[in-house]
Amino acid sequence: MYIPGMARGATRRELLIAGAGACAALVSGCGGGSSPRAAFGTGAGYDGPEVELAFWNGFTGGDGPQMLTLIDRFSKENKNISVRMVTVRWEDFYQKVPAAVRSGVGPHIALMHVDQLATSAAHDAIVPLDDLARDLQLRQDDFAAPVWQAGEYRGRRYGIPLDMHPLGLFMNTKVLEDAGMDPKTPPRTGDDYDAALQELKAKKIQGDWVSPFFFTGGLRFQSLLWQFGGELVNEDATKATWNSDAGVDALNWMISLVKKGYSPSNVGQDADNIAFKNGQAAFIWQGIWGVGDYGVTEGLKWRAAPLPRIGTQDAAWANSHQFVVMRPRSGTEDEMKASKVFIDWVTRNSASWAEAGQIPARRSAREDPVFKKLEAQSALAEQVPNLRFAGGVPGITDVRESTLDQALAEAITGAMNPREALDMSARRASELLRLNREKYATA
Amino acid sequence: MSTGHNTLPQTVAARPASRVSSRRNTGAGVLGGGNRTAWFFLAPYLLLFTVFVLIPAIYGLWISLHNWDPFLADKPWMGLQNYVELFTPGSAKSAPFWQAMQATGIFTALSVPLLVVLPLFVALMLNRKFPGRTFFRAMYFAPYVLGVAVVGVLFRFLLDPNIGAFNYLLGQVGLPSDTAWTTALPWAWVSLVGMTVWWTLGFNAVIYLAGLQDIDRQLYDAAKVDGASRWQTFRNVTVPGLRPVFVFVVTVTILASANMFGQAYLTTQGAPAEKTRTAIMFIAEEGFNDFHLGSAAAMSYVLALFLMALSAVVFFLLRDREPAAANAKAGR
Repeated sequence: MYIPGMARGATRRELLIAGAGACAALVSGCGGGSSPRAAFGTGAGYDGPEVELAFWNGFTGGDGPQMLTLIDRFSKENKNISVRMVTVRWEDFYQKVPAAVRSGVGPHIALMHVDQLATSAAHDAIVPLDDLARDLQLRQDDFAAPVWQAGEYRGRRYGIPLDMHPLGLFMNTKVLEDAGMDPKTPPRTGDDYDAALQELKAKKIQGDWVSPFFFTGGLRFQSLLWQFGGELVNEDATKATWNSDAGVDALNWMISLVKKGYSPSNVGQDADNIAFKNGQAAFIWQGIWGVGDYGVTEGLKWRAAPLPRIGTQDAAWANSHQFVVMRPRSGTEDEMKASKVFIDWVTRNSASWAEAGQIPARRSAREDPVFKKLEAQSALAEQVPNLRFAGGVPGITDVRESTLDQALAEAITGAMNPREALDMSARRASELLRLNREKYATA
Repeated sequence: MSTGHNTLPQTVAARPASRVSSRRNTGAGVLGGGNRTAWFFLAPYLLLFTVFVLIPAIYGLWISLHNWDPFLADKPWMGLQNYVELFTPGSAKSAPFWQAMQATGIFTALSVPLLVVLPLFVALMLNRKFPGRTFFRAMYFAPYVLGVAVVGVLFRFLLDPNIGAFNYLLGQVGLPSDTAWTTALPWAWVSLVGMTVWWTLGFNAVIYLAGLQDIDRQLYDAAKVDGASRWQTFRNVTVPGLRPVFVFVVTVTILASANMFGQAYLTTQGAPAEKTRTAIMFIAEEGFNDFHLGSAAAMSYVLALFLMALSAVVFFLLRDREPAAANAKAGR
């Protein structure tokens, strides 16, 4: 086990100060406002004694080695900071991290999905990064407005965006060409899309498999909800609003694909993805992580394009990995300063990170020729100004999972009328939001 | 968190006779010192039981009375609110909880009869002498050594409605090939029960086999001498001889089925629309995903009470009726 601060023998005084801080946090009920401020020192560099940083993330796939390469490069340029990376599956990540932080064995820095920031902040596992952003002179302009704003909770910044992973339209070019279509001109509107599916149907191909599962059905519904002008929750997150007309339109459009015979009914879990890879389907609305999967699928020829505009405006679901700094238990200012340097360096040099199937959040990295050479990633990056991130409310992901996801499955498999399913789930979600608000009220 | 039958059948061998003799022993035994010896021998297990069962159970009860998020300093007292919430129709927690309880109930009701009856027939077959008997004994038991993750993922792909091997093979022999085995009802239940029977049948069969071999051969010989038919022998020798094994198999199978988690978690993911999400799945989500440990603990207690009641009923129905029957006969 690694104990921050103990690694390089913290002085007695530092430990006393940190201990006092921890006690203060306990006495004050670990309230966000009254907790000790994380001291990031001043300036943007680090020239202190050698430190080791523990860095946690969930990159258990091909993205893990990519991140290690970045860390290697960082270590060569910053001899006095060594970074030890620990990977924990994302499925377990958000249970393990707060537990580790609470018991004093947490990391210094971690990457989190942006929709989990609010929950972690409410749990007092991570610290506000307003000072860090100020020292590094990071501004919204250096990133993109949606992803930068998504890193805030209750008016304070908790996340520094590393990347964005949006939903996009993936096309099986062989299937399209065999059906006499040109994959170089992807469908841009609902009419285009319908026409393409109609043509495929005439060739006995069910072109787009609508999944009733969150991957990819739930991602698609959220994108469409935003395209039709709807929102998941209202302004102050007291009510779920996906049962608006926009939500009903979005869901009805998805169901129409099944009704018109463009998609089989009762698509199994992941079957949409496998069908796409097998050439049974022509399109899939898949996350950008599909780049990695399809890239290594033998015999698969594919392209990526922005989502067609089905509703009244362009919008696409996206998530983002953001750097967070854990609530220090016995950390020193040196470690905090070093963390700052590391976060700045990695986000600035994230162009190569895009190879792992990501779009860098930092504008400079997106303008890097290294990134521009990545065809699929660049195509999906056209959506950057229109990306939507679900977040800003503690527990929002859990609420959505236990209500909306279920309603979508009911409606897409035809077990329930779409409006009824959305109404019922929204009512339950509002109730859960109320319970969460009560629970997190003191945080 | 699977239906792994981990309890070993040692208890089955306990005979009524030993009860009598052991009572006499302690009664005549060393005064005081005898008690201490008993405690001494019980201590290791008692310690484990206290640390890993008793204390967590009491702690869980305490948790269930709070709005308990392990990562929030403030864990406000709720009294019985978490329980009230579960029994209030229309509340946010009650509908999904009772749906999950219903899913557990359906699975238990469908799988227990099959898992009690089928293995008995398998055991009867495997108890006869025929060439390759050992091979078949091994084959029937083989699936049981697989972990729930292996079984779950295996069937998820075999049974996939659109791309699974199962539907493909059905199509090849001219049967409908578009059954939604994992995404529609009642097929999802057929799949979950079917795979569980395939997976755990061997375990119950082995228990029965042990029970069959424990029945005194002389009883069969006596039946033969009396000219009993095969059915009569089965009815009057085999079934009564297996009674203690029945109690064990039924109880353990009910508890294992009621704790079903892995199959649904991996194969159907609760689909369609959480209809196959079992109580344990929902409780785990509520507690460890959503950090509502208080209400998750309350749900566990409700589930535990149900299971205790059910076990009591099973014990009552399969209780030792012999003394009563013998008395009745004597009276007549």
